[in-house]
Amino acid sequence: MSSTSLINNKASRSSSQRRRDDRLARKDRAIRLKKAGGNGLPVRLTSTQKILDVLLHLIMLLMVIYCLVPLIWLAFSSTKTNEGLYSSPGLWFADSNVFFENVIEAFTFENGVYGRWLVNTLVYAVIAGVGSTLFATFAGYAIATMKFHGRNALLWVTLIFMSIPSTVITVPLFLLYSKMGMTNTPLAVIIPQLSNPFGLYLMIIYAQTSIPISMVEAARIDGANTWTIFWKIALPLLAPGFVTTLLFALVGVWNNYFLPLIMLSDVRDYPLTVGLNVWMKMGGDATYHVVPNNMILTGSLLAVIPLIIAFLFLQKYWQSGLSAGAVKQ
Amino acid sequence: MSTAVVASDGVVSPQAPSEASPRKERLQHIGMIWCLPYVIVFLGGTIIPMIYAFYLGLFKEQMIGGERFAGMTNFIRAIKDPLLWNGFNRVAIYAIIEVPLMTFLSLLAALMLDSQRIRHVAIPRILLFLPYAVPNVIAALMWSYIYGRDYGLFGQVFALFHAQAPNMISKELMLWAMINISIWVSMGYNTLIYYSSLKALPEELYESARVDGASEFRIAWSIKIPQIRSSVVMTILFNIIYSLQLFNTPSMMQTIAPEVVTSYYTPNLYTYSLAFSGNDLNYAAAVSLVVGLFTMIIISVVKMLGNRWEEK
Repeated sequence: MSSTSLINNKASRSSSQRRRDDRLARKDRAIRLKKAGGNGLPVRLTSTQKILDVLLHLIMLLMVIYCLVPLIWLAFSSTKTNEGLYSSPGLWFADSNVFFENVIEAFTFENGVYGRWLVNTLVYAVIAGVGSTLFATFAGYAIATMKFHGRNALLWVTLIFMSIPSTVITVPLFLLYSKMGMTNTPLAVIIPQLSNPFGLYLMIIYAQTSIPISMVEAARIDGANTWTIFWKIALPLLAPGFVTTLLFALVGVWNNYFLPLIMLSDVRDYPLTVGLNVWMKMGGDATYHVVPNNMILTGSLLAVIPLIIAFLFLQKYWQSGLSAGAVKQ
Repeated sequence: MSTAVVASDGVVSPQAPSEASPRKERLQHIGMIWCLPYVIVFLGGTIIPMIYAFYLGLFKEQMIGGERFAGMTNFIRAIKDPLLWNGFNRVAIYAIIEVPLMTFLSLLAALMLDSQRIRHVAIPRILLFLPYAVPNVIAALMWSYIYGRDYGLFGQVFALFHAQAPNMISKELMLWAMINISIWVSMGYNTLIYYSSLKALPEELYESARVDGASEFRIAWSIKIPQIRSSVVMTILFNIIYSLQLFNTPSMMQTIAPEVVTSYYTPNLYTYSLAFSGNDLNYAAAVSLVVGLFTMIIISVVKMLGNRWEEK
């Protein structure tokens, strides 16, 4: 009796209600009987398993705390004055909450340079992100659906370059662009980031798996040209892949620091990542002598929030991108 | 041929159009037009700069008479440069610590999320990922405040136990400070890659092992991890690349600890200093190419080892 209830119990607990054959059930029963010392008592969670269960949640909790605490700390810090930062506990408010004063101070300092950084970051990310993804989509569509001279060469070069990080190219780029007199312009930051071998690699995979060749051929026989086929057939099918690639490209440009740091010298052209570092260096600046910690931390929080919101709302897309092998840091 | 390479590199194995349509196709030259925008930016953004850097590296600036052709002198000097090797050494140590630690923690987190034992699994899943939304430089900036011994969060936590916090931005601990920042930013990201690979596994694979009474650890070690090894290889590869190319975090840390983070702290920081100070652009070009070449060699070796493991 006890052993059959055990098996039934197990069957109803399992989420997939697959039917087990007799052989499996017998085996299961034999093992469980052996485990329970042959006395036939129902076995739910053994004490070791209970301890493991608690341990599991404890480790998970520690990991979550590790990931969250710095962000919570940043949120609290943005509510404090420069003095409050040093005189209050890191994970609680100071005596006075000056969050809005900090925001205003950050946005009005030096004729609103922070606002310019924010706009620059957005402009660079949108132009380079959308541009690189669009170019990669065009090429990916062609490689997946057409045969032409140079197709295999392009495929090979892409495979070679897809895992080479852009930082390797940064100094050569700077040398070339400074020779051409193109440094100190936003173009020097945008143009190099339009080239995205990893994005092309992703788009080729997406195009090859999601565009049925027979459909393209049928349209071609009906007299549609490649332009019509792209907009009417390929792009709608590629939309999820497009969004995923775009998202990763946007994050890549948003996070880029090396390229704008070396290319730009006018503070008003900087993106946020480089700009905030300028404020960090103000301690050594003869005019200020003080590092505006409250502005830096509030500015950091404001820079992070849009990305956190984007990630939360676009979960579906980047998660599908991750499982399709979209890995880039 | 090319298809095989794509398949071994990616999680999804794609079909080449040649396989999808066995009929002899006529060439569509218009395909080149579709690739043109990409090819132009790729040439301008990657290939031409590299060729130009190589060209620059062949010359030497002289006190009198401008530039002189110097052959491979700059490149040989770069390969022998002790400052460059100092940087390589440091990022190698960094990678040897960071990559296994990151892989272990992310795998552990992913397996725990996948074990079906964690309640409300969606919540820790998204919370672990949140730090990835923080740009690396801003993460370094935040942590440099948190590391503060006297007033930072670190100092406050240690003060609870009436202890003095270790100086994380000292010469001895700086590498650990940077490893921590990198793990904080990317652990959740790696976890999600593993987790989504685990989710893609058919449950039949380990259901019978579970019925046979295999422990969850045993299932994880003998079934789950071997099944997702292509994801593991990929993340290890990217983590190694990232370690070799370390720039953002040390560049940021240089602001608060200039005496610890030298101008040659990592190979990339070194090429940056050489190029930006502008004293010897020819040499800077040569060093940047040597760094790039070295990175490519390491990438190929790791890829080869990874492929071997995957084929097992």
